[in-house]
Amino acid sequence: MKTSQKVAGATANYVDERTGAAKWLKKNLTKVFPDHWSFMLGEICLYSFIILLLTGTFLTFWFDPSQREVVYHGSYLPLSGIHMSAAYDSTLHLSFDVRGGLLMRQIHHWAALIFMSAIVAHLFRVFFTGAYRKPREFNWLIGVGLLTFGIVEGFLGYSLPDDLLSGTGIRIAEAILQAIPVVGSYLAFFAFGGPFPGTAFIPRIFIVHVLLLPGLFLALITIHLMLVWYQKHTQYPGPGRTEKNVVGYPLMPVYMAKAGGFFFVVFGVTAFLGAVASINPIWLYGPYTPGQISAGSQPDWYMGWLDGLVRAAPPLETHAFGHTISWNILIPGLIIPGILFTGMALYPFIESWITGDKREHHLLDRPRNAPNRTALGVTAITFILISLLNGGNDIIATHFHLTINGIMWFTRIGLFTIPPIAFVVTKRICLSLQRADRDLVLHGRETGRLVMMPNGEMLEVHEPISEAQKWTLTQHQTPEALPAPLPASATVGLKGKIRARLNRANAVQIPAPTLTDLKELGDGHH
Amino acid sequence: MSNQIERFQDPGLPEHVHRNADVDPRAAKRAEQQVAILFLLSAAGTVLTIASYIYVKSSTFVYLPVLGRTDLQQLLLGIGLTAATLFIGLGAIQWAKKLMPDEEVIAERHEFRSEEVDREELVSTFKERADASGIGRRSLIKRTLGLALGLVGLSPLVLLRDTGPMPGEYLNKTDWAAGTRLLRDPDGQPILASDIEVGAVTQVLPELPAGVERTLENTGKDAVLLLRLRPEDFNLDPERLSWTHEGIIAFSKICTHMGCAVALYEQQTHHLLCPCHQSTFDVTRAAKVIFGPAARPLPQLAITVDADGHLIAKQPFTVPVGPSFWERNSSNG
Repeated sequence: MKTSQKVAGATANYVDERTGAAKWLKKNLTKVFPDHWSFMLGEICLYSFIILLLTGTFLTFWFDPSQREVVYHGSYLPLSGIHMSAAYDSTLHLSFDVRGGLLMRQIHHWAALIFMSAIVAHLFRVFFTGAYRKPREFNWLIGVGLLTFGIVEGFLGYSLPDDLLSGTGIRIAEAILQAIPVVGSYLAFFAFGGPFPGTAFIPRIFIVHVLLLPGLFLALITIHLMLVWYQKHTQYPGPGRTEKNVVGYPLMPVYMAKAGGFFFVVFGVTAFLGAVASINPIWLYGPYTPGQISAGSQPDWYMGWLDGLVRAAPPLETHAFGHTISWNILIPGLIIPGILFTGMALYPFIESWITGDKREHHLLDRPRNAPNRTALGVTAITFILISLLNGGNDIIATHFHLTINGIMWFTRIGLFTIPPIAFVVTKRICLSLQRADRDLVLHGRETGRLVMMPNGEMLEVHEPISEAQKWTLTQHQTPEALPAPLPASATVGLKGKIRARLNRANAVQIPAPTLTDLKELGDGHH
Repeated sequence: MSNQIERFQDPGLPEHVHRNADVDPRAAKRAEQQVAILFLLSAAGTVLTIASYIYVKSSTFVYLPVLGRTDLQQLLLGIGLTAATLFIGLGAIQWAKKLMPDEEVIAERHEFRSEEVDREELVSTFKERADASGIGRRSLIKRTLGLALGLVGLSPLVLLRDTGPMPGEYLNKTDWAAGTRLLRDPDGQPILASDIEVGAVTQVLPELPAGVERTLENTGKDAVLLLRLRPEDFNLDPERLSWTHEGIIAFSKICTHMGCAVALYEQQTHHLLCPCHQSTFDVTRAAKVIFGPAARPLPQLAITVDADGHLIAKQPFTVPVGPSFWERNSSNG
């Protein structure tokens, strides 16, 4: 026996005698994972989170989370002799006087943008394929939590350097706190340790940014992955793939190599961005002071839609009985995001209530086969995109020679009119794609070969598609409306009526073609 | 009827097609070499990273196409780190794709729902164990425990009380008082009315009592913009007109929407614009909101001149400055 085998055997023996893990490990080393490019989006989230932990730890070795006033004497001469906070001073020091410091700052910021983008892309994949359905509702909820905390974490992160741009962001956050009825000014004073800006806020958000939230992320990501592991991954429909199996590659060696390799690819791409693409050059903004501001103040993109909503809000305030309520802050800043995120979290339960579907699902839906869900998703995305557009209205106005007023009015009207149009259009597109699938199965694919019949008629030759393709296009089950007559409990009252109406809307589908359809066609086929 | 409909059948997994490297030893050798080259490139990347850390001087700037002026050390460190990580990844993936088994494997899923008997036993065990604790019978214990648990969360809440002082009257007041001199920011010099030209915008701060140092908190509510227009451009009621001095008018610089500095002045239209959310205020009409989400005009500071001709405040702000808050009495604007 070779030495390496002896060592491996001895190690396995040592571990197993103390944990009894041999059986579990044996089974899981060959655990099967299905392969698809869209399953890598969640991986990107995990890997960019690891990059954030590594680079973030590096940054904490130099960053001084303090709002104590100091005078800058570092190597960036334009700011020499300027009064600033120790936080800003140490960020400048990191950027100019620590070898690789600027690189690490830029990798950290890029990784944060990639983290948030990947979470959102992963969310889209999970939503549009119906991967959140039973038994994966827990993971959907954890995902919504990670998205929410990710937005907060990102905001706190770019607020730490205490430059003019980030200080302005904190000022806005303080105004939102202050706008909360009854307790607002108390919350603001407690959070900031007194009047804005004070000296307490950055040390406080620092500990939230580097300890509390990362700890929470670690816990939630661990549960998320353990559930994926235990419940086994969903898979796209196709020949040989059923609700009862999972088809793919074994963990060892294929998935270890691919997933491990992909971590390094994500790291490499992020490092490349950090190396060549400047991001958040805080030395150009100067230190924060409440009396100054720079034109074109923009948050990072995952906050941009919120800022866009705030910009679009009409100037509504209630003044009564010596009190003031700022609807222009509360509605776009707290109420609309609250409704959106609550709706998102509850969606799996709402859908299952509408369809009455309580079965387990491991095969993913093709988005066209769930037209209502797909249309709803596109509606929400349209709403967010219009808001995001308005969040950059000043930049857009200057670049495209438009007026800010014009963009703002487009947003105010568009937020209410364009999403419903997007819903209808998407639903129609889905149904058309279903018809196209039906044609493809029943009539075959167009070959582009034209044949002239003896009577002069021109025909295009169609070729039947493969059995595998036919199966892929027809395997889904057309959802049917609640069985009629509806159970008495389901139609009673307003709630029952709403459910019945939504259920009917959901049942609008082009029936998946069957072999019987094909045979009937074949009888009279030319 | 429906039982007569025949659906398409699942043809099952397609037959496995061997890759070049599976059947041709030369192709396999080539793939092995490709993987090795990728891993070597990663090693070279690490060497580059270490070499540029040690040998490239900090703050050496070079001009590069597309990137512009670039710090050479940061760039080379980044490129080295990129190569060191990216090529490990590409090598591993190439290895998996070309040489590791690529036959798809089928694993069965298990149903999550437990056996009926286990579920029933769980419920009965739980009930039995709960009974054993006596929580159902001993309502005194149940109620006092509920009380204790309900209260225990209050301690940390109370302990957080000292995170900050009570707001008190702070948000209602600024450091402006009758007779406070206007000081130019940042040089801190008092201002003669004659120093301000028509069309000029100046940021001013109140003169603080001797010995009081100005903090960012002061600036955050005291910052004022001083503008001079031609007097005939004003469209003010007599009271507000009396708050101006020879065309010089002063407003709080803190936006009444979310507290950003209202810093953009359009000289032609006499509009003040907040760059955060584009609330726009018309200077000629006492900073009335003409666009955007702000609901209230910028508070106007009444000004006049003292015996030396220096600009001073006639009186404090008549309304609180900055964004709204619950206790703000907005009946006078």
